[in-house]
Amino acid sequence: MHPIGLYIHVPFCERKCPYCNFYSTTKITDEIVDRYTNIACNTLIKYKEKMELSFDTVYFGGGTPSLLGNKNLIKIVKTIKDNFDLFESEVTLEINPTTLPIVNLKQLREEGFNRLSIGVQSAIDRELKILGRQYSKKDIENTIKLAKTAGFKNISLDLMLAIPEQSIESLKESINFFISQDIQHISAYLLKLEKGTPFYKNKSKLKLKNEDEEAEMYLFLVSELANNGVKQYEISNFALNGYESRHNLKYWKCGDYLGIGPSAHSFIDGKRFYYQRSLQKFLSGELHFIYDGNGGTIEEYIMLRLRLSEGINNKLFKQRFGINIPQIYFEKAKKFQKYGLTIVNESSIKLTTKGFLVSNELISRILL
Amino acid sequence: MLFPREQIRNFSIIAHIDHGKSTLADRILELTESVPKREMSAQLLDNMELEKERGITIKARAVSLIYKAEDGKKYIFNLIDTPGHVDFNYEVSRALAACEGAVLVVDASQGIEAQTLANTYLAIEAGLEIVPVINKIDLPGADPERVKNEIEDVIGLSADEVPLISAKTGFNVKTVLERIVSDVPPPNGDLEKPLKALIFDSYYDSYKGVIIYVRIKDGRVKMGDTIRLMATGAEFVVVECGFLHATNLERKDELIAGEVGYIAASIKSIGDARVGDTVTNAQNPAKEPLPGYRTVNPVVFCGVYPVDGAKYGDLRDALEKLQLNDAALIFEPETSIALGFGFRCGFLGLLHMEIIQERLEREYNLEIITTAPSVIYKITKNDGEVVYIDNPTNYPEPSLIQKSEEPVANVHIYVPADYVGNVMELCQERRGTFKDMKYLDKDRVDIQYTLPLNEIVYDFFDKLKSKTRGYASFDYEVIGYAESELVKLDILLNGEIVDALSFIVHREKAYLRARKMAEKLKEKIPRQLFEVPIQACIGAKVIARETVKAMRKDVLAKCYGGDITRKKKLLEKQKEGKKRMRQIGTVEVPQDAFMSILKLDD
Repeated sequence: MHPIGLYIHVPFCERKCPYCNFYSTTKITDEIVDRYTNIACNTLIKYKEKMELSFDTVYFGGGTPSLLGNKNLIKIVKTIKDNFDLFESEVTLEINPTTLPIVNLKQLREEGFNRLSIGVQSAIDRELKILGRQYSKKDIENTIKLAKTAGFKNISLDLMLAIPEQSIESLKESINFFISQDIQHISAYLLKLEKGTPFYKNKSKLKLKNEDEEAEMYLFLVSELANNGVKQYEISNFALNGYESRHNLKYWKCGDYLGIGPSAHSFIDGKRFYYQRSLQKFLSGELHFIYDGNGGTIEEYIMLRLRLSEGINNKLFKQRFGINIPQIYFEKAKKFQKYGLTIVNESSIKLTTKGFLVSNELISRILL
Repeated sequence: MLFPREQIRNFSIIAHIDHGKSTLADRILELTESVPKREMSAQLLDNMELEKERGITIKARAVSLIYKAEDGKKYIFNLIDTPGHVDFNYEVSRALAACEGAVLVVDASQGIEAQTLANTYLAIEAGLEIVPVINKIDLPGADPERVKNEIEDVIGLSADEVPLISAKTGFNVKTVLERIVSDVPPPNGDLEKPLKALIFDSYYDSYKGVIIYVRIKDGRVKMGDTIRLMATGAEFVVVECGFLHATNLERKDELIAGEVGYIAASIKSIGDARVGDTVTNAQNPAKEPLPGYRTVNPVVFCGVYPVDGAKYGDLRDALEKLQLNDAALIFEPETSIALGFGFRCGFLGLLHMEIIQERLEREYNLEIITTAPSVIYKITKNDGEVVYIDNPTNYPEPSLIQKSEEPVANVHIYVPADYVGNVMELCQERRGTFKDMKYLDKDRVDIQYTLPLNEIVYDFFDKLKSKTRGYASFDYEVIGYAESELVKLDILLNGEIVDALSFIVHREKAYLRARKMAEKLKEKIPRQLFEVPIQACIGAKVIARETVKAMRKDVLAKCYGGDITRKKKLLEKQKEGKKRMRQIGTVEVPQDAFMSILKLDD
């Protein structure tokens, strides 16, 4: 079997950020962390026994994966290395900027981690405070310096748009800072109010950006990054040439991946399934997936791939489905070309930056 | 049992909505023991669920009862129930024409209302003896003395001995029955003259065909007779005739002058047996029909469309079934670019329209969309041709029109004196011409206006209610056409006319309505992927414009750890949503938004 992606969801956080609804818990003890690590390793071994697997990307996301500490992180990576082929893999770890380093990055680099995704969000201290982040711009600088010193040459920074009180000016300041750090990759997202989060509950009190301001920020970001040679390759992702996240691209290209950990999603052999959002259930050691039907259909492929700057084209479509892209999609996509939302020629369909901004609606109009 | 004519009483009960007409009818049924108690359900004569719920009688009905009076004699009471609404005035007048007397029910706290008077005048015109009664005297707000004064002052009837009753509890209802015996004259008519029978109602029975309800004015009719319906000239052989009872029909050998009963004659279509027509004997016909017959023409029109286009056939079937019992309902197929296939329907008035719409939805389980109601405009073209337009789509080019006329109605509004200012303001706003104002008593007023009918069909009653806190009652009668400066207003979305939204309006009102419509559309149409201009136009001239701005962004959140499920769910939701979308040219509008746009209330 061709190599697939591996995602490890580490559901631990020191504290919950008020906007985040990814699955994590703050009730952490050494025992729970060790237990989690053991189950994760055992699960991997179970998979090895069940099917022939190899990975060419590994991604530790969360939560805050660094809370596992060097010992456990290395244990999991070793388990992967010992049981699966990991030749030339991209192995990413998410970390947060902190005052005091909680992991030894140098050691992790030596053990096989070769990419860091740092949850920076903003380079403006006031905005970090609003987001409930526990570090300053200075800490960010230090963390990036440490990462480089440790030997990481592939670093991604998260940037958030539409933070309350953020302005185009302050965004520009963050972007300039990001660029100045000489990193390879940026992921940028608009703040979304998720149900159940403190931000959602207090939304009337937050000075949220309106639709037009959000759109302006996004368009500004895209053009600023392009001016600095950081190319957009997906709705939310930007990179120097050759530094696109191989792991994330699997999601958008409808590639296979295995997810381990509570709330982690998998797509293997045309089936989609995921773990429930429950650490307790995960720690019980049983595989308790929720099946989410068949994946990789034409509809899904188009839905996901249109998020990429390269869009969909007949050549790749034919490789996968044995036919050209059905004509109806060209016709529908063409209708939006005059509004500057799509670029359609005889063999491919792409969304423009403006189109990315309204991609949920636009893709549904093309598909439905 | 054969009753001498002196012991027959033919009467109606007339009242304003909710004054207790149907409840009184039920008490009368009980007191005459026409219906076994166990079969009594409230308001027996209102059969339709809708009638019970709205508390109004939609169709006339009749029943023969036997009453043992205090003089020891038995009387046959033919109670003819009348529809209680202005839309059905003609039916009311025909039902009254079948009677010699009318019991006028007035609510002891509300007093005389618009339809009390309208119906009383109809009864007086028909030459009936009127027996006033004051109902609901058991209620806390009852003020029988004030209501007595109103009856004397406004109607001019002596109210000294008006029975004070409670139809609900049955209190004093017996007095009403005695009053019917003593005050309502027995029928007259000549048994030897050729048959003349008045049709005052009919219904369709799937076995017997149309059953007509008649009052025999002269002569007699029996099974085997060939009858002729004088307005249509159609002839039929009588299969059956007899009396009408509360729960069954009683076959009789013949019906004779003075009696009320039914005739079945294998009549296929209700259109052949029109209310008000005269039945005569084909072999020995009457020279003249009974007076007062006219064809009933719809005055309000609207497009009715199934929400789900696939239900077009069901809608047609439902309308056909409703038409079996409602000759006043007319419909013909119509297509709309925005709404697909549907029907243009004509109604006697707003209530009639609402009733049909509700029955389609409730009895036939159809989800329907209706376009704004229209009236019939009379347009004289430059070449002298006169056309009647009930659908804005057919409105001629302005350059071809020499003269345009619209129907106008005489309107009575009964309202507490405090609200006179509000009512007059509303009527002025609606292009009304003040006619008269009368005090019914020291604090209640009858205001009379002439109003264009199209102003009435456009949410007039709702506005009237809100401006008078629900105290106003109103009544209207279409009196003819008046010249008017009319224009057709078109609504364009993204440059395309939305036919279902076009309407005809007075020039002076065009700007305001256009602006409101444009604003409403702007509010209701969700942002699209592109900018949508909304224009309201008279011909090529844009008189109002708004823009639905293009959607700028939707969610761009972190899609984490390959959670495609969320994306798929969103797409599924969008698929579901798509089903509830109406495509108007290039613009997609949610079903409910489109319905609320059509409703035009503001």
